[in-house]
Amino acid sequence: MPSDRDSRRARAVAGVLALAAVTVIAVDATADDDSPVDPLRNASGEVFGPVEDGLDEATRPIEEVADQVTTVDGLRDDNARLQAEVERLRAELETVDLDRERLESLGAMRRLGDEHGFELVTAQVTAVGPAQSYSQAVTIDAGTSDGVEADMTVVNHQGLVGRVLRADVHSATVLLLVDASSVVGGRLGADLELGMLRGDGDLSDAGELTLTTMDPTVRPAPGDVVVTWGSRGGAPYVAGVPIGRVASVQSSPEDQSTAARVRPYVDFSALDLVSVVVGATEPTTERADPTDTERADPTETERAGPAARAEGR
Amino acid sequence: MPALRALVYAALVVLAIGLQLGPFADLAINGTTPDLLLLVVVAVALVDGPQRAALIGFLGGLALDLAPPADHVAGRWALALVVVGYLVGLVRDDGRQGIVGAMVAVAAGSFVGTSLFALSGLVLDEPGVTVSRVLEVIPVAVLYDVALTPLVLPLLMALARRLQPARDDWVRAA
Repeated sequence: MPSDRDSRRARAVAGVLALAAVTVIAVDATADDDSPVDPLRNASGEVFGPVEDGLDEATRPIEEVADQVTTVDGLRDDNARLQAEVERLRAELETVDLDRERLESLGAMRRLGDEHGFELVTAQVTAVGPAQSYSQAVTIDAGTSDGVEADMTVVNHQGLVGRVLRADVHSATVLLLVDASSVVGGRLGADLELGMLRGDGDLSDAGELTLTTMDPTVRPAPGDVVVTWGSRGGAPYVAGVPIGRVASVQSSPEDQSTAARVRPYVDFSALDLVSVVVGATEPTTERADPTDTERADPTETERAGPAARAEGR
Repeated sequence: MPALRALVYAALVVLAIGLQLGPFADLAINGTTPDLLLLVVVAVALVDGPQRAALIGFLGGLALDLAPPADHVAGRWALALVVVGYLVGLVRDDGRQGIVGAMVAVAAGSFVGTSLFALSGLVLDEPGVTVSRVLEVIPVAVLYDVALTPLVLPLLMALARRLQPARDDWVRAA
């Protein structure tokens, strides 16, 4: 049985630790850019990046087998030999499908890179921030050793994924478009109008973006394609990457503004392979579009109309 | 023995965080994954009492605050799990409660932990934390944690008991 002395000591220890936690919170919350906690974050990235990577690798076959079990439920009554055979063949097929999917997404990302003249580093998503943390961010298995740095654009074969928030040596944290703190400059494909896209922070992977146009008289139409506007120097977002399609439009007469909901192209619940834009190369496409040659320079692309590119995907 | 115990607990904490952020993300319900680290803290609290659980809660929580892809103010999970470890440790019955007792402890711990984390987010005005969203997330998190308890807690508690010094043998026999 715990004695009086023990429980007093436990209370003191818990109190001191709670105070320590509050101190950490206060230090990190009041620091603006250079938080003293950041070196700790990097150090912990060095530990947990490889752990997350290893566990992701280790559990991949289990996931495939788990998917398998549910698909052969109906065959339970067949004889054991046939069932084993079916299972083996299905497992083979499933991995073939998975491999093909990954190959296709790799090909699509390559094409995207070639078309826009991006130099891409491909990485695997190894960890996902849970809803309990109220943020939409993932870890990828590429870091500064691969040329990945903070504020770089992250894409996949479907379109814009987000930007690099922090890069450690072998891993990096990517803030997804749908996070509540994410803001991206976008261009409406139809008439090149500019707007800002904010994530709604929806945690159930059905996230949408809110588009507010710079010019309040512009009314986006459902189905309009939105591509990135591009920041100066290509950080954090390079220009011309497809973001999504306008799903619905609401206008409020009192403040004269129009807010459109944009459904992103990227399926954030099934992120697997992504690419980080680490630089610009000479574009290799042979399209007759004269603006193509200027795409290597992100500041040039800002002026060039991205509509043609949006159609080209 | 204390060195071995510290080592095993450190490994458990790292493994729990890695699994929680990595593979278990594929098993998320509406984005909510089970709080494996919280289960470790509750197991330690039930077996070892409030003092060690508060310490594991603090260190583990801090690691969870800093492990990628965490993007919130550091110290929030640390604070939440210190309180969880201490409170669950206080109400324990020297680790003799059955599986139902453990599930009640996890339910209470999970509710207190996820609520405190959300509350600190609301106080600090962190992006994405809204009351309606919090009310969506917490019930799912609590139910998920309780559902995993029968599978995970007995193993964790057995491990924690094995690591206890020999003088506690009579507790095991009871």
